Amino acid sequence: MDIVEELLKGNRLALSRAITAIENEYDDAVEIMKKLYPHTGHAFVLGITGPPGAGKSTLTDKLAKAYRAQGKTVGIIAIDPTSPFTGGAILGDRIRMNGLTMDEGVFIRSMGTRGSLGGLSHKTADAIKAMDAFGKDVIFVETVGVGQSEVDIVKAADTTMVVLIPGMGDDIQAIKAGILEIGDVFTINKADHDGADKLVRELNMMLDLDAHSEQMTQNSTEKALADQFHHLNVAKHAAGAAWRPPIQKVIASQNEGVAETIENIEKHFKYISENGILQQRRTERSKNEMLDVLHNNIGTYITRRLADTGELEEYVGQIKRRETDPYTVVADIMRDMLKE
Amino acid sequence: MSNEKIQAGLDKYNASVEKVVSRFPERPNLPEQRLYTPLDIKDTTYDEIGFPGMYPYTRGVQPTMYRGRFWTMRMYAGFSTAAESNKRYRYLIESGATGLSCAFDLPTQIGYDSDDSIAEGEVGKVGVAIDSLADMEILFDQIDLGKVSTSMTINAPASVLLAMYIAVAEKQGVAADQLKGTIQNDILKEYAARGTYIFPPRPSMRLITNIFEYCSKNVPKWNTISISGYHIREAGSTASQEIAFTIADGIAYCEAAIKAGLHIDDFAGRLSFFWNAHNNVLEEVAKFRASRRVWAKVMKERFHAEKPKSMMLRVHTQTAGSMLTAQQPNNNIVRVALQTAAAVMGGTQSLHTNSRDEALALPTEESVMIALRTQQIVACESGLADVIDPLAGSYYVEALTNKIEAEAWEYINKIDEIGGAVAAIEKGYIQKEIQDSAYKWQMDVESGAKTIVGVNKFQIEEEPPKGLLKVDASVGVAQCERLAAMKAKRDNAAVKASLTDLKAACQDENENLMPHILNAVRVYATLGEICGVMREVFGEYEAHVNL
Amino acid sequence: MEKRIRVLVAKPGLDGHDRGAKVVARALRDAGFEVVYTGLRQTPEQIAEAALQEDVNVIAMSILSGAHPHLFPKVVDLVRKNGMDDVLIIGGGVIPETDIPALKEAGVSEVFTPGTPTGSIVDFIKANVK
Repeated sequence: MDIVEELLKGNRLALSRAITAIENEYDDAVEIMKKLYPHTGHAFVLGITGPPGAGKSTLTDKLAKAYRAQGKTVGIIAIDPTSPFTGGAILGDRIRMNGLTMDEGVFIRSMGTRGSLGGLSHKTADAIKAMDAFGKDVIFVETVGVGQSEVDIVKAADTTMVVLIPGMGDDIQAIKAGILEIGDVFTINKADHDGADKLVRELNMMLDLDAHSEQMTQNSTEKALADQFHHLNVAKHAAGAAWRPPIQKVIASQNEGVAETIENIEKHFKYISENGILQQRRTERSKNEMLDVLHNNIGTYITRRLADTGELEEYVGQIKRRETDPYTVVADIMRDMLKE
Repeated sequence: MSNEKIQAGLDKYNASVEKVVSRFPERPNLPEQRLYTPLDIKDTTYDEIGFPGMYPYTRGVQPTMYRGRFWTMRMYAGFSTAAESNKRYRYLIESGATGLSCAFDLPTQIGYDSDDSIAEGEVGKVGVAIDSLADMEILFDQIDLGKVSTSMTINAPASVLLAMYIAVAEKQGVAADQLKGTIQNDILKEYAARGTYIFPPRPSMRLITNIFEYCSKNVPKWNTISISGYHIREAGSTASQEIAFTIADGIAYCEAAIKAGLHIDDFAGRLSFFWNAHNNVLEEVAKFRASRRVWAKVMKERFHAEKPKSMMLRVHTQTAGSMLTAQQPNNNIVRVALQTAAAVMGGTQSLHTNSRDEALALPTEESVMIALRTQQIVACESGLADVIDPLAGSYYVEALTNKIEAEAWEYINKIDEIGGAVAAIEKGYIQKEIQDSAYKWQMDVESGAKTIVGVNKFQIEEEPPKGLLKVDASVGVAQCERLAAMKAKRDNAAVKASLTDLKAACQDENENLMPHILNAVRVYATLGEICGVMREVFGEYEAHVNL
Repeated sequence: MEKRIRVLVAKPGLDGHDRGAKVVARALRDAGFEVVYTGLRQTPEQIAEAALQEDVNVIAMSILSGAHPHLFPKVVDLVRKNGMDDVLIIGGGVIPETDIPALKEAGVSEVFTPGTPTGSIVDFIKANVK
């Protein structure tokens, strides 16, 4: 099967095989991506993140159904953690989306975080492109947790939705852990549970504070430098922090608040489209993609060369015996290689 | 002997044992404590143990227990068509079974008719297929519903099957207030362990309280629920988890009924329980005893029940299906005998014994006979049924009873903290606890820490077993034909009207659904049609899985 | 390359006894596989489609209701129709010895009956996965 040709024709197995090639880093993955790239750039990408147990999959299921009702096709990438001890993973998000399986307009793919986090965000971005090239109108990327890896993954999204639930005990802790900055749209799921209003109040307060502090530091050169590679904040600044993330209470299991959530998502997309932020984000993303590939390829190239010639082992030995140090070694390698 | 003297003796014993153990080590994987003495129960007052038929019912719910009459020997049966099952029921009654226990096939349990595409391959497989009152009439043909007591393993659509049973009785000329039996009707354990749910928790709890209310007025001798730990244990829980999660479910049902305006003493006496009789005989006996004590305290202290009947945990028991082995299946006869002994020494009110071949297929008539005879031998020959609560006073059994009770309270308190059993299930807490225990059990078997004879020790080469019972695929076809014929014959306008009426009733939360369901079954509306209306209004439950 | 064996653990049919399926899912995870778990009451169509979207190497099904003669072969058919020729399809549950030859004939690679250690399932997958 010619994966690219079949994928572009709408063959679902070809799409599936393309994602496998990306995930498993098969040799043909790069060729596939090269050929698919011209066909990408059409889909709207929504990142969905939040702590485990927030009901993201159930919400994804409902959002997907709502988009389907609008006649849009949907791709879903659901990421679950890989066990660092065994390398195995339970990918259990599909179970909340069983109702979508037989809808031909929906394609769901579960992914484990596997080894390196950097690798994952790169692979997720490529999987999104494969679905984009396939012709999906809307692509969801659902991640677990609120760590750095999630931040990296949602960088591939046009709009990022953060899902929280009341009664997690450490609501504030979770919010502080970095998701405040990445959320374009906030959803408080299980809003019929105790503490929903309190969570909304606290979140509102923090978002107001955040907007305020950003304006305060807007002109600081230090902050600007730090933000250079952080397209999300760059985007916010460019718009003069005019987008205040809305908060929507939802009961996903009962389909309550889903329409309003979609409205928020669409409002945000309209906003970033009209203010040039979308273009800026996508430019930034293209740059990151290129740099990622560059770093990745150079790193792999150099590592492989060193390994093949046996220099790697030799250098490691020297460093271990304290005859030299990693900094000097790398400087030497760079000098030699770049000369070529 | 004073406690000090016992302690001194124990110290001496322990010192001598240490010497012995250093030379002859004990077997691995044993419980930590090797010997129990009065010191282990020195804080247990006799109030906690008490007398049979008296609070806290540790020693049993009836004053004379089996000295009056044996437990009900109730064999769970049902397969293929109503006519086939009717034949098996009559065979069982002739063989001395004293109660019926109906097994329904999975489409019936999940509220689908046999001609639904989802039912393909399942019709008549694990129980009898019931589509409408017409099937129910055949199922109980020539069985006097005024005399027999019937237990029905039906949960999500329990209201519909109960209504059909009442309607069959009407046709036999037996009034509803004469009917005796049980519906399982325990939806919470379906979410947590057994998996045959239909509707989400809220409307499910409403259906259950509707049944409580309806039966308290119209079918007063009916056990309206069998709050089941059996399936929780089958799913892999420990003994303590089995009773803790089940009693937590029981608390949730009581709270729902009280919220719906019922008084605790009006319905609590009709609540019954369902335990598993597992392999570890003494642990099981302690579990039965502990469960009665916990429930009595819950009813008295938490719900302020006043009638003694409300505080009694009456229990049906089934031997552990998951402990049957496919290897050397005749060994299962022995397992079942020991499990039966545990249930009897534990003081069960009724018992189903599994057949030796159930890890392979549905039981044959011969296997069912051996299983029933096992109960009869324990009852008549073993002497276990002659004295009440014979293991009371055993240092070990009393200490174990206390331990299981304490562990159960710990879980119940934890579930209270989460917000009750419904919330704990929605959060996946109970499921996760069960799965963890199941996984640990499996790993213990695989590592050899737990021995299962014939499975991980004492294996032999075996010929594949012969003569297993098989349900022919043609059963499904024939059942669909019968259904079509029935539909052609019935008054379809009346069916439509009854379903429209039912739908309106579903939409009004204050309406008791039982009379509306009864009207629908009387005019031969099918189970699938009735559940279909309820699915429309109530929606369907989406499982919480957290592996 | 970062290949992982991907397994779809599914319960076709209507029975709700998922103790075995869940224990196997966990054991496979602990063996380093990626396990897609789809839960109860899956139709053969749903299983085949999920297998396609997830591009799994193995489909592991469990049935305790006796519906295996009907459902297992149907899944095999649908999966092959989707063009997934090399997916390993295995089954387990309360399955009489006498039914196994017909299931194998229909394309089920192996059938694991009660009492099978999870380690044997892991070994079988490792030895036979393509």
